[in-house]
Amino acid sequence: MAGRNVAMREAIRRALQEEMRRDENVFVMGEEVAYWQGTHRVTRGFLEEFGERRVRDTPISEMAIGGVAVGAAMAGLRPVAEFMTINFAFLALDAIANHAGKVRYFFDGMFKVPLVYRAASGWGNQATASHSHSPEPIFAHFPGVYVGCPSNSMDAYGMLKTSIRDDNPVLFTESIALYPKPGPMPDDEDTDYLIPIGKGDIKREGSDVTLVAYARGVDWALQAARQLAREGVEAEVVDLRWLRPLDMDLVYSSFKKTNRCVIVEESLPMYSFGSEIAALLQEHMFDYMDAPIKRVAAEDVPLPYSKEIELLALPDAQKVADAVKEIV
Amino acid sequence: MASPSKDMLLDWYRQMVLIREFEETCHRLYEEKRITGVYMHLYSGHEASGIGSMAALRPSDHVITAYRDHGIALILGMDPGAVMAEMMGKKTGSSGGKGGSMHLASAEHNFWGGYAIVGGHLPLAAGIALEARYRGSDDVTMTYVGDGATNNGYFHESLNMSSIWDLPVVWIIENNGYGMGTEVNRASGQIELHRKAEAYGIKSFGRVNAQDALEVYAVATQAVDYARKHGPAVVEHVTYRYRGHGVSDKQYDSREDMSAELREWMDCREPIKILRDQILKKHTGVKAVLAAHEEDAKRIVKGAVEFAEASELPTTYQELFQNTYVHSKMVHKTDMSVGAGID
Repeated sequence: MAGRNVAMREAIRRALQEEMRRDENVFVMGEEVAYWQGTHRVTRGFLEEFGERRVRDTPISEMAIGGVAVGAAMAGLRPVAEFMTINFAFLALDAIANHAGKVRYFFDGMFKVPLVYRAASGWGNQATASHSHSPEPIFAHFPGVYVGCPSNSMDAYGMLKTSIRDDNPVLFTESIALYPKPGPMPDDEDTDYLIPIGKGDIKREGSDVTLVAYARGVDWALQAARQLAREGVEAEVVDLRWLRPLDMDLVYSSFKKTNRCVIVEESLPMYSFGSEIAALLQEHMFDYMDAPIKRVAAEDVPLPYSKEIELLALPDAQKVADAVKEIV
Repeated sequence: MASPSKDMLLDWYRQMVLIREFEETCHRLYEEKRITGVYMHLYSGHEASGIGSMAALRPSDHVITAYRDHGIALILGMDPGAVMAEMMGKKTGSSGGKGGSMHLASAEHNFWGGYAIVGGHLPLAAGIALEARYRGSDDVTMTYVGDGATNNGYFHESLNMSSIWDLPVVWIIENNGYGMGTEVNRASGQIELHRKAEAYGIKSFGRVNAQDALEVYAVATQAVDYARKHGPAVVEHVTYRYRGHGVSDKQYDSREDMSAELREWMDCREPIKILRDQILKKHTGVKAVLAAHEEDAKRIVKGAVEFAEASELPTTYQELFQNTYVHSKMVHKTDMSVGAGID
């Protein structure tokens, strides 16, 4: 029997709390994770339960947060380091890409780096340009770090648990817009519910077009699919869940059935998730392709403050449905 | 002041002449194109800095450094053959040919490696020290930092974090006068670099003439003891690099002021000569031992070069991809088409 619905924020909190109870080596560090109880309330109650040793407030020092996690992981701990938002993780890109992702390689397997970087991601709510990014593909560009981006509570729970238990570094992004969204959970007793790294999921079956998405894009794809169904078009929604490694077999098997594809993402369009999936599809599925691959992404512009034009820049379900109608 | 035994001093001499022979051989092999990497930063001139400070450690302590890492590796006891093979990118290299000159490491010696992004290893050092604190161990992490790194964000963030968390780190600033080609006084508003650490509440043991291994050792023992008991310590080692920033540094050929400066350091502050004089002043009947160490250094490095040159290069895709990730049952599949890695 499935557990009752909980918000994605609570699913993540529960996964992290259970993993800390299970393994003494797991600890959290980041800005405002302890006394503030987490900027997004994911670490609510942690300080009281686990104490300052395992719930470590850091100064506003993203480069150090990124790198301290690498050193602690190499030495045998399992840090879960939080970037308050992914916008601030740009400051730690060297620690993530050049150190977390390469230490194992350039020492030819001498060390493991079992860490998780958590980062709240996404745009909207008039957060303004520098606080409005969904740049998961930038971090997925580099070999050595896995990237997980859940779209709902159950996935977030299972994916975070796997990320913490795996011996590789994982960047785990959490869409701010999805934090309050309720969703079903695994059985209450199943604290070992794990979703393998790189395993995608069909969120809705359909035969006319494949919608490939991750994180918040899955919501827009599912909304568009419901709207399209009323108009007689059955869309299949593939939630890749992980940007690295990519479960392209899942995309290919869906595409062989539908022969059409729209890629949906919250991120910017240039050098993007959509670019990558489209390139792989034309390279490997050319004989199955009945229409151009379409991409729905944010507009190629910094995000403004003012509400109306901010919404213009964002993708939504209508934009997805419109793109589908151009190719079916 | 800590007084090292005769055996210790003789062993330092052994290490010092081995490093010098190794580094000068690397330089020659680079000039002869038998070592082909673009980057190679030699420890010639710095020897007393590493030897004197690491002599204050115990085996369970940790060491991490930047890219001028050959000397550190040899002091810790890494096999010169495996290190030389790494210079040549061979399978038998200490990093399997994946890392090269700047990425030597040895888990068995608690040597957490050499790192190539200036300052990039500083938070790693804090993380390694955090693991010790987390477990209640008093092992220290000795961290070598170049003067240039004191100007970037990693330095300030890492030192500050080591201070607020009382991490057992000894920050050794190896001030050799230049960050690549820029003099310290053109790069840093505070030219007494250890004072930057003091700004974060870190205990400073001041500046040390790091051409004198005895002086380095005396201060390092205090700094290590302090870090073990209390928290981070800093020492500034004033030293000089004999082979420039890296092997491609041609400044010393074109700038008379710099070549004069180099000659002055080599003539008046040569660490091998200083140590040799100190040993001979204090101990008799050791000349033969010193000579034997010099001969051994030549023999060992010659053997290392022969071993490295006889070793094979990695050549396959399997070798290219392996160790990108830990092989894990929790990973669903890898996708070769986008190079997601095999293991």
